[in-house]
Amino acid sequence: MKRKGLLLALMSTLLLLLTGCEPLLVLNPKGPQAQTQANTIIFSIIVMAFVLLVVYVLFVVFLSKYRASKLPDDYEPPYEKGNKWLEIIWIAIPVLIVAVLSVVTVKTTNAVEKVPVGYENQKPLVIYAASSNWKWHFSYPEENIETVNYVNIPTNRPVEFRMYSYGPITSFWIPQLGGQKYAMSDMVTKLHFVAEHEASMMGRNSNFSGEGYAHMEFEVLSMSPKKFDEWVNDVKANESEITEAEFDKLLATPHVGRKSYTGTHLTFSPAPEGEHAGHNHGSDSTSDDMDHSNMDHGDMDHEDMDQSEHSESEHSNHE
Amino acid sequence: MKWDEFFVTGEPMIYGAMASIVLVSVAIVVGLTYFKKWGYLWREWLTTVDHKRIGIMYIIAALLMLFRGGMDGLLMRGQLARPENGLLDAQHYNEIFTTHGVIMILFMAMPFIIGLMNVVVPLQIGARDVAFPRLNAVSFWLFFFGAMLFNISFVIGGSPDAGWTAYFPLASNEFSPTVGINYYAIALQIAGIGTLMTGINFIVTIIKMRAPGMSLMKMPMFTWSVLITCVIITFAFPVLTIALALMTVDRLFGGQFFTMANGGMDMLWANLFWVWGHPEVYIVILPAFGIYSEIISTFSKKNLYGYTSMVVSMVAISALSFLVWAHHFYTMGHGAMVNGIFSITTMAIAVPTGVKIFNWLFTLRKGKIQFTTPMMYSLAFIPIFTVGGVTGVMLAMASADYQYHNTMFLVAHFHYVLIPGTVFAVIAGMYYWFPKLFGFRLNERQGKLTFWVIAISFNVTFLPLFFLGLKGMTRRMYTYSAETGFGPLNLIASIGAVGLAIGFGLLVYNIYWSFRYAPRDTTGDPWDARTLEWATHSPIPDYNFAITPKVQSLDCFWNMKKGKEKLFEDELEEIHMPSNSGQPFILGVIFFFLGFALVFSWWVPAIIGGLGVLVMLGIRTFERDHGYHIPVSEIKKTEQRLRGETV
Repeated sequence: MKRKGLLLALMSTLLLLLTGCEPLLVLNPKGPQAQTQANTIIFSIIVMAFVLLVVYVLFVVFLSKYRASKLPDDYEPPYEKGNKWLEIIWIAIPVLIVAVLSVVTVKTTNAVEKVPVGYENQKPLVIYAASSNWKWHFSYPEENIETVNYVNIPTNRPVEFRMYSYGPITSFWIPQLGGQKYAMSDMVTKLHFVAEHEASMMGRNSNFSGEGYAHMEFEVLSMSPKKFDEWVNDVKANESEITEAEFDKLLATPHVGRKSYTGTHLTFSPAPEGEHAGHNHGSDSTSDDMDHSNMDHGDMDHEDMDQSEHSESEHSNHE
Repeated sequence: MKWDEFFVTGEPMIYGAMASIVLVSVAIVVGLTYFKKWGYLWREWLTTVDHKRIGIMYIIAALLMLFRGGMDGLLMRGQLARPENGLLDAQHYNEIFTTHGVIMILFMAMPFIIGLMNVVVPLQIGARDVAFPRLNAVSFWLFFFGAMLFNISFVIGGSPDAGWTAYFPLASNEFSPTVGINYYAIALQIAGIGTLMTGINFIVTIIKMRAPGMSLMKMPMFTWSVLITCVIITFAFPVLTIALALMTVDRLFGGQFFTMANGGMDMLWANLFWVWGHPEVYIVILPAFGIYSEIISTFSKKNLYGYTSMVVSMVAISALSFLVWAHHFYTMGHGAMVNGIFSITTMAIAVPTGVKIFNWLFTLRKGKIQFTTPMMYSLAFIPIFTVGGVTGVMLAMASADYQYHNTMFLVAHFHYVLIPGTVFAVIAGMYYWFPKLFGFRLNERQGKLTFWVIAISFNVTFLPLFFLGLKGMTRRMYTYSAETGFGPLNLIASIGAVGLAIGFGLLVYNIYWSFRYAPRDTTGDPWDARTLEWATHSPIPDYNFAITPKVQSLDCFWNMKKGKEKLFEDELEEIHMPSNSGQPFILGVIFFFLGFALVFSWWVPAIIGGLGVLVMLGIRTFERDHGYHIPVSEIKKTEQRLRGETV
């Protein structure tokens, strides 16, 4: 049995070496949120390594010392009911460990849910990220442009991703910027990221959503604010307007490559937030939207009216 | 409906499976007829209400499901062995990981545990059978036909393909238009009713039928773990029943509980599923803890260290198990406050679990450790399961979980919990109690070899997945490109999976070989064990104990062997036994028919099936069957025969 423990240790070092050549994405952050998470992970690994060590040492010592083959034939194991002090130790120390980890968890969870420290005063760049079938749509309402399956962001500026889905639950994940969050059809969820380095990063849906799920990847490119502005102007100058017909066609196509458009689909197919939300939970709700709880958000993608035309009466009896 | 919509077509592997299903069925029918075993099968097995036979049937079914689910796992690892592999297409892969999850949890782990429960618990408490033997048979046949219904989906109509969690709206008719998810909803419902009845049955059995003198705190640890598990079953399974019923209404009758349209709540399904799903994890792990407690104590030749704290920690785990479900979807956007609370409740489970680990370690201390096959699995459990445990604490930290969620890191974690936790335990339990059931031990040399192959292959298969997760590989991807760099670690994992397959092959060979050649045990107590089940003969007579034992202490059989205690002092008396009945089996067949009709929305057959169920319930209600009595003379004869004396 001692061999078992050794084997485990050997194998883990071997694997560390194997993977050591290429960085583990999650532990190679490009922004403060992912950095916080990487630190949390490393910290928890160290604490847990201590726990493992204690268990493994006791295990190896007891197994080597008390195997029948090493004991005299007439050895009679004693009756042991338990020991109050030992019990107190192995309850108190884990409780302490859990308490420390709890504090760390609550702090870091709060931190990664907010705009990163130091960036609170900057106006965030809002990007809507919507999944449909097996692709991602990115809308920049202020810049008035839209992309599919790739997203460019400026460095050192907070980016507020607002996620929702035109179908099954998906999960929006850019490991090097920070952890994931679900995109759902009846509400908008938010992630606040900052990219502090210029880099090309992998982003993907991590929640199984049907046949084309494995290919639901997109590229995140962080670039200097100047380059970002150039790119926005470039798209505006060269790409055609996204029309509702074009967008519906996009929604119906299972897989597409990269695309860029002037305008956003939000104007004719708004995100499920505020008065468009499925169940009116979320802080963005306005006071009069309680009446909309029955709205047919499943047909969101067929809505053919302009956002500005929305009113309560048109809403509930659409289609 | 055309025939090619009814049968799954176009997949050479599935044609192969169809052919083998037909061949095996024909072989079974021909074999039974040729050896004139139909009557034997009906009298001794299909109609039995004996807890030992029902337990054996559970275990056989679970082993079959282990191979079905294992084959799914092997195919998954085959597909992922290298980038852009073409072994399976997306649809086939999606079906396979769905059925792998459902089968391994609900049709392998649980029935295996319930099988061991059936065999051992009445013996450990000195009872003649469970409280409701007929109900026990109903439980088994509902589980069995639920499992069969789920399994035929793979050749008729198509398997479910939305993951074992079947999240909506993916599982709604809009995104999963085939009958696959109907199979999921109905087969799980039928099996789930059986499980719920098992839970109730064993609570009553343990509360009411303990031998005189066996107070709750003198109960063997396995029985304690089963009692707590059954309480969890009784609280958790009704949630599944309701969730599946709502799902069925959505899918068959146009309901909108979880759909995207008309105010359906996809998040409600996720909550209901995990309110059942998390306690379910403890339903399969707590009895495993009980099994390990028995084995470690037996082969350390020492009483279980910290018995009271072991019981208290299990009660604490069972209570906490209902307070952690939201950690399965921290990423659903319920904010830092809710996530913080669920992080703390989740991490709190580490404390009672740690108490158990330390108590097992201190049971070993000052013991006289014998390395038998069941003990090897139990010992390996401690270091490997601890890896699963500490990574569980890491996953419990919400901020970090945003990076682990849905990745291979999570997959590695729960396999590190469930395989050394549950699978090693049921294998260890099978080796340990095998001589009690069949009167001989499984070969030790082969058993140890099998153990090493399985334990090493397990780590080779699942350790790389931790790193793959941190590299950004998500679960349920049927393929990946070479640029991701996922290739080498996946290949290692797939090689490990082949090793696991070889290990389980050796396990079957070990059973086969031992049936033919292993020397028979005449003592009834081949391991020099401590608890009551070893105080009767092996194989066990129908009535378990000729004389009801009188218990004075926890390790009463051990103390009896040491001459400190007398167990069987009373005179022989007539024994009251329950009669066999074909009704549970017939009820199972009708449920299968009803379920199959519902899956395809064939309303007339479904109504006939539903009426059939009602008729069976009616027959049972008005039946008067008070069982039968075994006279003293016959008990004497049986006892003499089992002691090896000539009659």
